[in-house]
Amino acid sequence: MIAFVMGILFIIQFFVPHQWSQDMLTWVTKWLSIIGGVTLLVGAGSLIHIHYAKIKRRVAGWGYSGVMFFGLILSLSAGITPALIILFAPAQGNQSFLGIEGINTVPGVEPGGPLDWVFMKMFNPMSATMFSILGFFMASAAFRAFRARSLEATLLLVAAVLIMLGQTPLGGMLWSGIPDIMAWLLAVPNTAAKRAIIFGVVLGSIATSLRIIFGIERSYLGGGKE
Amino acid sequence: MPSRCIGRGEKDKGANELHKTLLLFIITLIFLLSTLPLVAQEPSLILPEEFTAFDTPNDAGKSISLVWKVSSSDCEGVEYIISGSTNPDGPWQEIVRLDATKWFKSDAPQYFGLGTKHKEYHFYEVTNIPGRAETLTNGTPYYFQLAMTNGAITAPSPTTISARSRGNWFDSSKTNILIFVIIFSALIMFFIAAARRNPHLFIRRIPGLDAVEEAIGRATEMGKPILYLTGLYDMSYVPTIAATCILGRVARKVANYDSQIKVPSYDPIVMTVCQEIVREAYLEAGRPDAFKEDNIFFVTTDQFAYVAAVDGIMLRERPAANFYMGYYFAESLLLAETGASVGAIQIAGTDSVTQLPFFIVTCDYTLMGEELYAASAYLSREPLQLGSLKGQDVSKAFILIVLLIGAILSTSGIYFILNLFKTF
Repeated sequence: MIAFVMGILFIIQFFVPHQWSQDMLTWVTKWLSIIGGVTLLVGAGSLIHIHYAKIKRRVAGWGYSGVMFFGLILSLSAGITPALIILFAPAQGNQSFLGIEGINTVPGVEPGGPLDWVFMKMFNPMSATMFSILGFFMASAAFRAFRARSLEATLLLVAAVLIMLGQTPLGGMLWSGIPDIMAWLLAVPNTAAKRAIIFGVVLGSIATSLRIIFGIERSYLGGGKE
Repeated sequence: MPSRCIGRGEKDKGANELHKTLLLFIITLIFLLSTLPLVAQEPSLILPEEFTAFDTPNDAGKSISLVWKVSSSDCEGVEYIISGSTNPDGPWQEIVRLDATKWFKSDAPQYFGLGTKHKEYHFYEVTNIPGRAETLTNGTPYYFQLAMTNGAITAPSPTTISARSRGNWFDSSKTNILIFVIIFSALIMFFIAAARRNPHLFIRRIPGLDAVEEAIGRATEMGKPILYLTGLYDMSYVPTIAATCILGRVARKVANYDSQIKVPSYDPIVMTVCQEIVREAYLEAGRPDAFKEDNIFFVTTDQFAYVAAVDGIMLRERPAANFYMGYYFAESLLLAETGASVGAIQIAGTDSVTQLPFFIVTCDYTLMGEELYAASAYLSREPLQLGSLKGQDVSKAFILIVLLIGAILSTSGIYFILNLFKTF
């Protein structure tokens, strides 16, 4: 019932520009953020529970769970400690951040602060490392996939080679037509295929949404006979 | 011969001639001097006609639209001066000066549509009057005047017009969207209803979904778990909802096979939903004791931290089957390649057109785009859900016909069908 009411309500909301409609959207969006914030606590609780159980039972790989706790405590400390210092040490000239003027940012997350240091010196490099592994995985995937075993695979191989050459100066040096072929491949057949998939995706989304709104699809609720 | 003497009469006659000539010259000079100012004078500005004010359509209010016809005096260097007041007698605040060669109704199709005559009218949207409150107040009358200036002279407005802003209850620029949503929804609902009468609907084979049972059986034989991912969006996105719907079907099969399924989640809400889905699946399979809540857990909401964690799970626990359902970003190849390296059978389903190529080259089976949304109906084989698939297909046929007709008409120079699908 809730899914039906909210589904119909927000379909109508999309077509109504009145301020009441915009206010309702803003109100619901704020509640989504609030609920999302609260469920983050649920997620954190799940994380702590899972890894604590692993450490307690000494399952294989429990050391990684210890690393997780180390990272959790480090980040929390880096973020909360400066705020606690300001909150409990006003005599040192620091103003409390609880709504008092003069504080432009939450203590601890300002540039140069401890949490910023953890983010910039530890988190960012590790994320960049994971992202950079993509290059190697692309090479290995290409090595496995680009084999001329069938007509489709041969077409894929030829197109991939042309696109890769066209994206580099080497393609132009080998033959001046390669960049033009690459541009045509990307602009015409690639775009056509993408749009065709997007048509199907959009219609599928509409159908799935209608099934959910009208209660035909209820398996996402996790219970009840369909 | 005696010299001819000029007598008095002749002298008088000559003086008269001279006087006449002088008089004529002076009159001509005066005439020329009197006409000179007209020649050197600046041309007068012709004020535009049809100066009107009205509530800006298709908005939440707090905005008034001013429209006036293009004047024959419009040219480079000429400006319109719009002044406003809350009082018909002033005081008047200058709101804006506009270049007379710009600011046409045709620049705002979201309000006025795509008519060809809109280029004959100027348009300006007033959202506040300087010196007053930040924005216009709905229901309050505002008064406007329009003047023209070319820098040297200013032609003041002879009329004062007024209007009140208000919020609108329907955005007419989205009428085409509403019509198509109604058409497509009606088609889908029609075929759902038709499926009640005739439940035997044909649906083509989707190899990726036929392989689900095989994948689960393989995992059971090997004694390894099944890894199921729901993508990197939260529960408010349709791909994630589709992924959780498929999870219910897969989990039921897993429970029947007495195997284990692990669901590392990117979002805490998705985690709680997946826990309930899998719990219910085990309950329906009559194996509530085999359900382990710890198998469905939250990892992190960061993209690469999530993929690092999941890759670690794959490398340590070596699942026999990996399911990647939902929406993915750059991490798709990281996941699929790692899964391939541990020898798992991999079934992916995503509507992300940028990641589909990566899944296609690395996974054993891939559900492309709409197949992800069809999966739940395909696995359940329920008539009502299959009916919605048929409605989807008929809608797609409708789009194909429109595309064909539109391509032919556009090639012939007729573009009205393109305008039917414009959004603003």
